[in-house]
Amino acid sequence: MGEKILIAGNDAIAEAGIRAGCRSYFGYPITPQNELLEYMSAHMPKAGGAFVQAESEIGAIYMCYGASAAGGRTMTSSSSPGISLKLEGISYLAGCDLPCVIVNVARGGPGLGNIAPAQGDYFQATKGGGHGDYRMVVLAPATIPEATELTMLAFDLADKYWTPVLVLVDGVLGQMMEPVEFCEPVDPTTLPLKPWALTGAQGRPRNIVTSFFLDPHELSEINLKRQDRYRRIEAQEVRYEEFETGDATIVIAAYGTVARIAKTTVKLARNEGIKLGLLRPITLWPFPYAPFRALSNRVKTILTVEMSAGQMVEDVRLAVAERAETPFYGELGGIVPTPRGILREVRKYVSYDAENGQSF
Amino acid sequence: MEKSVILAGFGGQGVILAGKVLAQAGMDHGLEVTWFPSYGPEMRGGTANCTVVLSDEPVASPLADDPTALIAMNLPSLDKFESTVASGGTIVLNSSLIERPVMRADVKVVSIPMNEMAAKVGSALAINMVALGAYIKATEVTPLATVKTAMAQMLEKDGKGKFIPTNEQALEEGYNAA
Amino acid sequence: MSVMTPKMVKVFERPRSLADIEFTYCPGCHHGLITRIIAQVIDELGIQERTVVVGPVGCSVFVYQWFRCDGIQSAHGRACAVATGIKRVNPDLIVFTYQGDGDLAAIGTAESIHAANRGENITVIFINNQIYGMTGGQMAPTTLIGQWATSCPEGRDAGLAGYPIRFAEIVAQLDAPVYVTRQSLYDQKRIRATSRAIKKAFQYQVEGKGYSLVEILANCPTSWHMKPVESNRWIADEVVKVFPLGDLVDRG
Repeated sequence: MGEKILIAGNDAIAEAGIRAGCRSYFGYPITPQNELLEYMSAHMPKAGGAFVQAESEIGAIYMCYGASAAGGRTMTSSSSPGISLKLEGISYLAGCDLPCVIVNVARGGPGLGNIAPAQGDYFQATKGGGHGDYRMVVLAPATIPEATELTMLAFDLADKYWTPVLVLVDGVLGQMMEPVEFCEPVDPTTLPLKPWALTGAQGRPRNIVTSFFLDPHELSEINLKRQDRYRRIEAQEVRYEEFETGDATIVIAAYGTVARIAKTTVKLARNEGIKLGLLRPITLWPFPYAPFRALSNRVKTILTVEMSAGQMVEDVRLAVAERAETPFYGELGGIVPTPRGILREVRKYVSYDAENGQSF
Repeated sequence: MEKSVILAGFGGQGVILAGKVLAQAGMDHGLEVTWFPSYGPEMRGGTANCTVVLSDEPVASPLADDPTALIAMNLPSLDKFESTVASGGTIVLNSSLIERPVMRADVKVVSIPMNEMAAKVGSALAINMVALGAYIKATEVTPLATVKTAMAQMLEKDGKGKFIPTNEQALEEGYNAA
Repeated sequence: MSVMTPKMVKVFERPRSLADIEFTYCPGCHHGLITRIIAQVIDELGIQERTVVVGPVGCSVFVYQWFRCDGIQSAHGRACAVATGIKRVNPDLIVFTYQGDGDLAAIGTAESIHAANRGENITVIFINNQIYGMTGGQMAPTTLIGQWATSCPEGRDAGLAGYPIRFAEIVAQLDAPVYVTRQSLYDQKRIRATSRAIKKAFQYQVEGKGYSLVEILANCPTSWHMKPVESNRWIADEVVKVFPLGDLVDRG
């Protein structure tokens, strides 16, 4: 760990990428992620890496596809509409089992929407988005220090499982500044070589990177192997945070920016005697179904709060089934819920026992 | 103890930079901090604001429903945020551009003619440091010296070192007037 | 009776860089010929062990199978972006794309133009046969005015579908490309000229000079509903009128 510096989320994620040993970045300007691209344009060449401002998000994701196939750690970033454009390439990356880190600094949608923070891309991120049977690890940091750690983790997971990994933040985390102590940089020359990389067929048979298999049995076999890998990820890589859930009777389910805002709500609620907790998924895929299931056996309410019309709430309900009530509170269009706004919503599900002075 | 301040004004009045200087100073002073700007088209010519949270424990929400302070550099900023300030909080306002009084009786008000004070130190652009100096005096979130150092480092980093003396003076001017 | 034993001289052999797999192309199609020429050039330049072929989507979707080189399949139209990514990460590799007219000049227009404009040190082999062969003979961006295709059953109408796009000329307007040429294969002389052009394009990349585009007017006997010989005559008589042959840029 080095010195603490005050840094914006977009800059911090870019720096974390370089520190993770990423030596190629390809992107296209779109608000609110422009500073990430600009940071890379200034710092990637200094690190001896490649930076290209591509002709489009599509061009950028396929430059990543080529760079990854050539064996290097590679990265691109965009915001919601740009991620929609990248989905074809993400499907190809998954179909070729190529590692790649993609950052989505999400904004209001659908369509052009606006440039304000939003979480309307949860389905796109976790349920496929692109075509075919693929999954993508999705990491959702709630603070800038965590965004740097998870960006570095994203490269490790991408290489470990040969899969694209998405770091999902929003305009708040992209634009805000917070003190960060960065981890020590990784020397890319010390990373394990990838046996499938296109390095020239010298002293070995040729390597072919493709997702094209006309024989149904062959394609089925390759898919099944990939599904095995997904099951391993689900077993080993679930990450989440529980905050004040020990004695909680009501728990907020939230990720990213909303989760950190809800932490303030937890403090405010506890000042009023409401036993409120927070369960924050850090990996959106694989989703922490088991912790939600466990919690649902002992709490009355799990209130999902999102900057969306209700997307993650579907996974929460899948985990909880009918064991607890699962209401939803969402803000749309780039409106960010506030600590007291969430508290007002929480109060709706709390009954107050005036005789004993207790909320439950 | 958590303190939060909204700095708001016209684009070009330097509220974004003043917020960064405050966040940097808070961090240098050993506090946990967050800085969150309004961003996008409005940052060029329209209204601009940012929120700084300073705390002795990790900051959860970087946005505040009821900030403990407001720095209002123009009338629209006062109109927009006056009602949100926490009871017992502080409003630092620019009387050069705001002719109406603060309606709230439960907040401390520091009213100073920032435009004239900035002109006095020789740079209309230093208005943001006048405001910040006044805020520091009124709330004592960090020592003035820490703010000066943070400001100097930031200007130096941006290659604007020659403006440091003027901005120091502006900080002092605001600090002494509050 | 004495028997003369002739001294055996090998005048023809399969290029080392060409994999020992049967082509899946239709009889008389130029794809096989072009593939062979590229393999021969790779042999002559001694770059087999550092060449990467970027394949398209179209009839030549399996192009990476024909070479004894590393290869990658690209999404439809994106080959030049993929090649950019590979080359930027490993500039020692010799990277070429092999793309048809739909791939390069319709769906991949942005990627194709901008790789050329950045002057990526890659070689682009552009097979212009004026038709979508793989999907069954639909109109291409290069289909001639009046030419029949399954999606312009009355012949290409400029009022509805615009004009055949001259991609080499568009690229030749840019400052960065070092070599832009249009070749054909309708007779021996043209085949030899195409071989020389492809070799030059690869040579320039080896020398680090930058971007080359070799556009090749090719046939599609199947979708054109012509015999191979007729298809060659059609190129010589009609296609070259719309797509003139020769070098457009040579800054090597």
